Amino acid sequence: MLPQTPKKTADTEKQKRALFQRKIDAGQKIEPNEWMPSEYREMLAYQLTQKIYTETIGMQPESCWVARTPTLQRKVILLAKIQDEGGHGLYLHGVAETANIPREKITADLHSGKNPYSCLLDYFIQTWGDIGAIGWLIDGAAICIQVSLQRTSYGPYARSMIRICKEENFHQRQGYQIMIALARGSAEQRKMAQDSLNRWYWPALMIFGLPDDQASHLKDSMKYKLQLYSNDTLRQKFIDQTVPQIEYLGLEHPDKNIKWNEERQHYDSGDIDWNKLSSIVKAHSSCHARPRLQHHRKVHAEGSWVREAQHAYRQKQIQRKLNAAA
Amino acid sequence: MAPQVAKKDLSTHTLRYAVRLGDDALILGQRLSEWVSCAPFLEEDIALANVALDYIGRARMYYQYAASLSPHHKSEDDFAFLRGERDFENYLINELPRGDFADTIVRQLIVDIYNFHYLSALRHSKDQALAAIADKSHKETRYHLRRSRLWTVRLGDGTEESHQRMQRAIDEIWGYTHELFTQDSLEQLLVEKNIAVDTASLRTQWFTDISATFQEATLTLPDTEWAIHGGRKGYHTEYLGRLLSEMQFLHRSYPGCQW
Repeated sequence: MLPQTPKKTADTEKQKRALFQRKIDAGQKIEPNEWMPSEYREMLAYQLTQKIYTETIGMQPESCWVARTPTLQRKVILLAKIQDEGGHGLYLHGVAETANIPREKITADLHSGKNPYSCLLDYFIQTWGDIGAIGWLIDGAAICIQVSLQRTSYGPYARSMIRICKEENFHQRQGYQIMIALARGSAEQRKMAQDSLNRWYWPALMIFGLPDDQASHLKDSMKYKLQLYSNDTLRQKFIDQTVPQIEYLGLEHPDKNIKWNEERQHYDSGDIDWNKLSSIVKAHSSCHARPRLQHHRKVHAEGSWVREAQHAYRQKQIQRKLNAAA
Repeated sequence: MAPQVAKKDLSTHTLRYAVRLGDDALILGQRLSEWVSCAPFLEEDIALANVALDYIGRARMYYQYAASLSPHHKSEDDFAFLRGERDFENYLINELPRGDFADTIVRQLIVDIYNFHYLSALRHSKDQALAAIADKSHKETRYHLRRSRLWTVRLGDGTEESHQRMQRAIDEIWGYTHELFTQDSLEQLLVEKNIAVDTASLRTQWFTDISATFQEATLTLPDTEWAIHGGRKGYHTEYLGRLLSEMQFLHRSYPGCQW
């Protein structure tokens, strides 16, 4: 094959980019073996890695309540939910592999601190009400994002989201059901519900990321349809849907000044502390002692002998077959 | 000749038997659920949660049946959350701490082989509810056993370290296996009524099966013989109290609440 001239390469790159963008604009999916611009690949890798951490690290905070659920039915529901999160982690690892991001690298980058995960996952889950609030608000916020990602431009990612959304809807429902039971329960249970709502409402708003005017990758991300709606649009959707849910529970809204804006046909938030929100979203790897990361490292190290044994056994089996054939 | 038992007494005995089987399933399920987020890799988090779910589901079926026999309108949660250490009658093997992955796999192998034969027999119980629970559970246990057998072979015949860990786990748990094959007068009576399983009759088959798996895994049966009993009489290790304290604290902190 003849060497290409630099000009020709530049032209080809330009043409490829134009073709790629046309495909995206036409709503077609990008599949694993297709050419893609390096920044698209990078943004995709970042998003997938973050989602994988959210699912797999996200198993930890809730698993600390499995042993203490108030009923057996709640125990099986919570266990099944956490199991789903692990399953979502696996689907997304599968998606990442199609984009040449091996699982070992994702784990190694987590452990080395190279890739941060949302510090929201390091918040402590103090009460049973928190389990309800997390399912309802945190998973509820995540669903707002994930529903739109069913139409994201990377094919395997979009398809995994369809399945993930089905299960996430169940997660949100179980969280809300916990809140209903508490809100209709004794005075103490009601207090527990209000306390959890007050503590988890604001962090749920962080899930959507920085305000649009501060989110540096938003424009590119939307151009490539790796994100379908802006951070603020999705956050507003969540704020709007949560108001009647709080009313139904008969609890007080944590935002004392939230009010309906007839002109915008949306709720105006009163008390969002944007500086605090931004600092928390930005802080990522440095906000905290990172107990979930420490736990993940510890468990990974403790399990190394099992993984080594599995590998050694497989090697022995291969060798035995070869010996038998010889 | 079987002693004459009044119908009411038989129902009380069956209730207690169902609660025992529920205790075995719940305590082991609770222990297994401790693995979530702590397993050697993600697939195992999911698999162990699955087995835990099967056991907790099984406990619920036994307790619900017991509740239906109870004259005091008890619920499954009353059995799980409102009884103390001395009221639980699970076999001790189920309450031992989860330990490392070798401890868990060895316990699962012992229990899975046992349950495979136990549930197979309970499917033929004259008590139709117990037979139906056994039928559903046996399908799950077949899968559990395939898993624990494969893991035993992989770890026993894996690396030097995994072999040593497995052998240590066997040596430390072996004394808890004898209890599985001894029965008190309550169960003997129910065996005579063709309701309960005669566990002594399962021992030879269980031993043959487990020996075969150990042999394939290059593991050996322990030399020393020691045996610990007490679970079916409500005599427990200290581990159970701690497990119950954690499991029951929320339910007991807010008496009479709906969740």
